[in-house]
Amino acid sequence: MGDERATSQEDDSDSGAEDEGDASADDGFSEERTDGGVQSYTVRLELVDEPGELLRTLEPIAENGGNLLSIFHERGNLTPRGHVPVEVDIECPPDRFEDIVDALRDAGVNVIQAGAERYSEEVSVLLAGHIIDTDLSDSLNRIEKCSGASVVDFSLTSPEGTDDVTSARLRLAVESGRTDDALSTVRSIAGEKDLSVVEPLTEGGPA
Amino acid sequence: MNLAVLGAGSVGRSVVELAGEYGHTVTAIADSGGATVAPDGVDAERILDRKDETGTVGDGDLDEVLAAEYDVLVEATPTTLGDAEPGFSHVRAALERDRDVVLANKGPVAERYGDLRGLERKSAGDVLFEATVGGAIPVLSTISDFGPSQVTAARGVLNGTANFILTRMATEGLDYEHVLAEAQDLGVAEADPTFDVDGTDAALKCVILANVLSDDATEYSLDDADVEGIQSVPGSALELAAEDGRTVRLIGEATAAGVRVAPRLVPENGTLAVTGTRNIVQLETRHAGRLNVSGRGAGGPETATAVLADVGRLER
Repeated sequence: MGDERATSQEDDSDSGAEDEGDASADDGFSEERTDGGVQSYTVRLELVDEPGELLRTLEPIAENGGNLLSIFHERGNLTPRGHVPVEVDIECPPDRFEDIVDALRDAGVNVIQAGAERYSEEVSVLLAGHIIDTDLSDSLNRIEKCSGASVVDFSLTSPEGTDDVTSARLRLAVESGRTDDALSTVRSIAGEKDLSVVEPLTEGGPA
Repeated sequence: MNLAVLGAGSVGRSVVELAGEYGHTVTAIADSGGATVAPDGVDAERILDRKDETGTVGDGDLDEVLAAEYDVLVEATPTTLGDAEPGFSHVRAALERDRDVVLANKGPVAERYGDLRGLERKSAGDVLFEATVGGAIPVLSTISDFGPSQVTAARGVLNGTANFILTRMATEGLDYEHVLAEAQDLGVAEADPTFDVDGTDAALKCVILANVLSDDATEYSLDDADVEGIQSVPGSALELAAEDGRTVRLIGEATAAGVRVAPRLVPENGTLAVTGTRNIVQLETRHAGRLNVSGRGAGGPETATAVLADVGRLER
């Protein structure tokens, strides 16, 4: 088994739309310069699959001066945690953008990616042990909350059924310079839950 | 050069067998059961046959060997932790007589580096220990040629048994216990493989590297190392790694700031993903980028080659 979210987040090599002046629609990081001091931004969200959830999410955008351009609601494509990935393109003055993102977060919306907040590094980690029994979703949530990381890919194998030792591979998109934070978060959660971790050897980084 | 060889395990035996080819003479040899002193040189074949038949190399005792005429003491007794005895006392005896010492035993260099260097300073003899890190691979002599201050880090695969197990687990999709049993059948893993699979052996080598890299500024021992073994890596984790173009290797890292040994994800076809019992060491240099040295990291003749290379250095 294994679950994978196919998103453009995996490809961070050409994410610098503002540098290249080329903001393509499927680029999760677009930040297109428009006339009149207004910029367009793409915000990536994860919603719980419940009625009214999308509408609830859009309110803080309008309330904070954002103009909704488009919504891409990938309802058939659930994330590993059973959430619905949503991509929202909005337009607003640059100084309002942060307020909008804060308002979304205050409203309890899971903002995976927001405009200029770049996940520029990517790391893979293996976990082994009683991953499922030790509250997998708690583990994933804490990794994202504590370390400025986003779980972009998650695969799980459990050859002997869920009571036995399970292995998982996580691919994390990490904010620039925060790889060590992300890994140490994974390490401490794993320590607490008695899971073993195989960390990546970050070549070129400090040995 | 006249050599006194302590230890007649696979390394000590190979030193005795190969010494003549390198132009040296073994004038004394001891193992845990006995000893032989022969000022004109021992008959390698006869003494090793005797060891096979009786379990020991002679009727004499260790003190006779330590007091015998030799230029270089080759310390190839089993590595011990903590006080590194009796190896450390053997080294002390030689240095107090102003003799040179070549170590294949990791204990004294990993556990009592400061004491060892202290004894060396007071002695006219020198201590070399190429054989303690990476078997036949010239790791320490390369660092010494570059100058320890020119090398900022050393990392790599330093245990052939653990590497063999991880390689087989990944290629055959088998679990740890299964592959370990196979490795024991093949003689790749010892009956008690604890130090190989729990990371201790790799850590000792990295501790030695850290001691060398810190250039006597900081002393490290096994207690300072952050060590994790491969026992808890399931086969399924290796499968997941492979799906992603990666694999797992027991990687040791040594810098002047410390030592860490743990299973790590590395690119499947990357430099550090050596297969089977092969070892590799990657040196990070200040002005010359990365340097990789790879080869056989264990085995009698391989390790004896490193011992005899050290003897050659002492001769120059």
